[in-house]
Amino acid sequence: MVCEMESGQADDMDMEMEMLSSMWPEDMNEAGKQFNIDNPGLDQDMLEEVTINEDSTIVDFMRLSELTNYSEKGSSQLAYLVKNWEYKQENAVRLLREELDSLSKQQQESELKKLEILEKYQFEEERYGGDKRPISILDEELKRYIFHEVPRKRNDVRVQDKLEIDAEYDSIKYWKQRAEHLGKLLEASVQREQTLLEKLQESIEKLERQSSPVEELSQVLKRADNFLHFVLQNAPVVIGHQDKELRYRFIYNHFPSLREEDIIGKTDVEIFTGAGVKESQDFKKEVLERGIPAKREITFDTGLFGSKTFLIYVEPVFSKAGETIGVNYMGMEITDQVRKRERMAKLREEIAVQKAKETELNKTIHITEETMRAKQMLATMSHEIRSPLSGVVSMTEILSNTKLDKEQRQLVNVMLSSGDLVLQLINDILDLSKVESGVMKLEATKFRPREVVKHVLQTAAASLQKMLTLEGHVSEDVPIEVIGDVLRIRQILTNLISNAIKFTHEGKVGIKLYVVAEPSPLVKQGSHKRMASDNSKVSAKIWKEDNCTSPSHNALVRKGSGGCKDADGANESRMHNGGCNYSEQNGASIEDELDDSNQQETTVWIRCDVYDTGIGIPENAIPTLFKKYMQVGADTARKYGGTGLGLAICKQLAELMGGHMTVSSKEHHGSTFTFILPYTVSPLCDNSDDNEELSEIDNHDTASEENDDDINSGFFQFQPRTLGSLFSSHSSGRGTKLSANGFGFNTSNKSNGLPVNSYSFPSHSNTSKETGSVEDACSVADAVDTSSEPESSLRHSRNSGNPSTSGREQTSNGVVDHHFHTPCLTSTDAKRDQGEITEKIEKSQLQEQPDRSSECSSSNAAKTLKTSTKPNILLVEDNKILVMVTRSMMKQLGHDIDIVNNGIEAVRAVQRDSYDLILMDVCMPVMDGLQATRLIRSFEESGNWDAAKDAGIDEEVSPSQGSGKRIPIIAMTANALSESAEECYANGMDSFVSKPVTFQKLKECLQQYLP
Amino acid sequence: MEVGQLQRSFIEYMSSLFNEGFLDAQFSQLQQLQDESNPDFVVEVVSLFFEDSERLLNDLTMALDQPNVDFKQVDAHVHQLKGSSSSVGAQRVKNCCVPFRSVCEEKNTEACLRCLQQIKQEYLLVKNKLQTLFELEQQIVAAGGAIPMMQ
Repeated sequence: MVCEMESGQADDMDMEMEMLSSMWPEDMNEAGKQFNIDNPGLDQDMLEEVTINEDSTIVDFMRLSELTNYSEKGSSQLAYLVKNWEYKQENAVRLLREELDSLSKQQQESELKKLEILEKYQFEEERYGGDKRPISILDEELKRYIFHEVPRKRNDVRVQDKLEIDAEYDSIKYWKQRAEHLGKLLEASVQREQTLLEKLQESIEKLERQSSPVEELSQVLKRADNFLHFVLQNAPVVIGHQDKELRYRFIYNHFPSLREEDIIGKTDVEIFTGAGVKESQDFKKEVLERGIPAKREITFDTGLFGSKTFLIYVEPVFSKAGETIGVNYMGMEITDQVRKRERMAKLREEIAVQKAKETELNKTIHITEETMRAKQMLATMSHEIRSPLSGVVSMTEILSNTKLDKEQRQLVNVMLSSGDLVLQLINDILDLSKVESGVMKLEATKFRPREVVKHVLQTAAASLQKMLTLEGHVSEDVPIEVIGDVLRIRQILTNLISNAIKFTHEGKVGIKLYVVAEPSPLVKQGSHKRMASDNSKVSAKIWKEDNCTSPSHNALVRKGSGGCKDADGANESRMHNGGCNYSEQNGASIEDELDDSNQQETTVWIRCDVYDTGIGIPENAIPTLFKKYMQVGADTARKYGGTGLGLAICKQLAELMGGHMTVSSKEHHGSTFTFILPYTVSPLCDNSDDNEELSEIDNHDTASEENDDDINSGFFQFQPRTLGSLFSSHSSGRGTKLSANGFGFNTSNKSNGLPVNSYSFPSHSNTSKETGSVEDACSVADAVDTSSEPESSLRHSRNSGNPSTSGREQTSNGVVDHHFHTPCLTSTDAKRDQGEITEKIEKSQLQEQPDRSSECSSSNAAKTLKTSTKPNILLVEDNKILVMVTRSMMKQLGHDIDIVNNGIEAVRAVQRDSYDLILMDVCMPVMDGLQATRLIRSFEESGNWDAAKDAGIDEEVSPSQGSGKRIPIIAMTANALSESAEECYANGMDSFVSKPVTFQKLKECLQQYLP
Repeated sequence: MEVGQLQRSFIEYMSSLFNEGFLDAQFSQLQQLQDESNPDFVVEVVSLFFEDSERLLNDLTMALDQPNVDFKQVDAHVHQLKGSSSSVGAQRVKNCCVPFRSVCEEKNTEACLRCLQQIKQEYLLVKNKLQTLFELEQQIVAAGGAIPMMQ
């Protein structure tokens, strides 16, 4: 029973042991195992021993049961035994606990040590890495490690004090056995103790050995380090530590071309040079001093790595004592980002600017549109007003010619002058708006400056009501004919002259014309303010395109009206004309042309001074002089009238034509208005005047006389004569006016030394309305020129009832058209014009001529009729280069040309073909151009090539029998002495072109000779 | 070099040629004649001029080398040269022709030789200049740019 109990207990023990042992780590060492196994084994042995002992005394068993059953002792013995066992067990537990305590102490110790190590490690980390790296990985390792190494032995001592004595208590045997047993136990105990000691020793040794796991730790460290390196190496940052003196103590990811030793121990400034280095150094110092971390963007520009921007973070590092021992520094290159950012900013800025501009532009556009609309409206309105107004004015004029009593006449005159004024104002406005809106087109036509000057003066003189001398000087160097927009030039001149007259009360008013060297750079005469007034007398400005292009408007064209409206309210003569009619008139009065000058086309700058001895312009008024609606002063406007548009228009016109206008003035002494304009000098004029087929040869004769006079004289003067008396005598009114006009008329005529002759072509004046072609004619400057004068004659006709006028009076438009052509006044040019006009007349009458756009037409109308096909042109030239150039130029002009290389070939070519134009080099091998020309001319005259045969040129083919036409032959000269122009003409050439041939020269030549 | 730069230097070079009198307005005329249908006109004409001039200068040298100088012949050559040079606008060559013809009229062999020397020099100068100009042109064209027009 006891055994069973024992064994049950032992089982329990075993169970316990098992449980306990399961608590041991797997790798329990040998010693421990031994020990553990030892204990139960020992118990069993002891039991066996006891059992054996019991077996040997079977009697004792009986006794025992007796004792158990009957003896108190027995039960107390049992109780004792149990108690004893319990005690022993307790003891064992206590021992075990002690052991456990000691072990756990050891563990604590080791843990402490571990912590120490960790701490040390951490400190190291902090010191060098600056990074408070959590070492969780390391921690775990260590823990595991420690567990392994220091097994806790809780039950390593197990005292089995169980006494199993089968001998009788208190017997010797019993004691002996007991002693024996105790001895054994002691022995076992000693042994155990020893084992334990050894174990302890071993454990301590092991612990000692393993408490400094340098290798493993360093491996772990290495791993961590590698990881750290890996991360750092791939990070786009520079990491460094600098000490108090900002010397690098540590750097990571430094610039590749620098070696560690180049950096460590040095400062930034010692390593790099360039922009930004100093700044970064200063920044670090600042952080060092202030002890507060900071970030900054610094742009470096060093020789080492060029221009780069870094974002730098610097934090101070403190020692344990709290003082700064250096800085940690981290830099990241952000050049690209910065650049992008800057670009962004720039873009944004640009966009903003763009937007602002756009807004501005829109505003401007809006304003401009508004302005344009306003202008357009003004123009339209002016236009609309003008038409009915011209009706009113012309009717008034007709009315003034009827029989009126004095009072009525006075009233009508006031009506007339007021109407005139309004009309003029409107015209001015129209003009201005046209110039400003760029609608105004300039025309290039030939005209004669002397004539223009004369006519302007004549016109002014005709209406002059003051004791003034009008004079004109045209210096000799001014070409006889120039090309420009004569309409506008006249407009300027007339305007200036009438202005001058208006503000001059005595002395003289004059025009001076001379050539200046060069387009002198705009002499801004700071201020020009002449009483800008636009005087009522200005007439030329009324010439507008409208007159020409829209005759239906019945635009009132007033011509050089000279009357001072303000003065007496009387109005001067007026010429009402559909612009077109002038051309007809022009065609009618044909005059001989002066000898052509062989001028090459060039540009001349002609300066025109209009001077007076009038009231002058105050200094302060000059700046605003040319401004619109500006006059010198309010009282000026009152006193002299005018709109203030005249000078503005003049200036704008001058500028439109590429010139400029200035003024100089001295108060009370007079003013001089100057405008300088470029003109093209007209090239060769048509000099073949033989074929004139005009009917009015006699007219032609007289005209030519006049013409010579006109063209050659460079000085004109119109003296006031008896004007004064006339002027002072009668009261105001139309009558006075008329007489004054009559005077003017006389004056002008006398100055020309010719009687007034009116040449009229009534039939043409009618056709002019019908045919569009005639409208073109009116744009010819000459035509307008002509038409612009005859105010005097008109008056004359009105007063005298000249019968010639009646035929031409057209009332259909409500406009009286008076066409008078006094040859002296209309000294228009050129046969060329004559031819052209003749042709036009023919055209309009016959309606069968082909259209021709060319302005310059050959004099020979008959010829021009024929030539509508592509012209045949022959170039005679031996110089290959010239040939090439000329051919190319001709090609651009749309002509293919035949080419031969010398005079003989030229003659042969003419024998073969018929040419419309020959360009002939003068100096050529084999046969020169002069001889060739002579031969060709001889053929043209005689109809045979005998002369050529004489010169050794045989006819190759049967010649096209002389058509009787004369081929224009143009010499190409090198301007050498041997090739003088005279010689060319003498040999039958028509003209010459000097070498080198230019595009312009050729073009003009073709225009002139090729219809 | 980029196109813009080439064009700038072309213009500069051109104006220097005009300013120094090597070329005159006639050359501009030639340039104006050049268009899409005739893209190499200037080069062609100028090449012709080079050929022609070299031949004439050769002839002149030979003619003046003779014991009995045929001044008429010389004068004809000079006249030709004058025509050619004025046609391409080689102003300085042309200008040399004028005194040449007058000394030719005087039958002054010495002076003729001097003039010939001078003409040769001028000719070589302008030839060089023009060739440089054309090279510049080609570079511009190769770079994809347009030949700038001179006013």
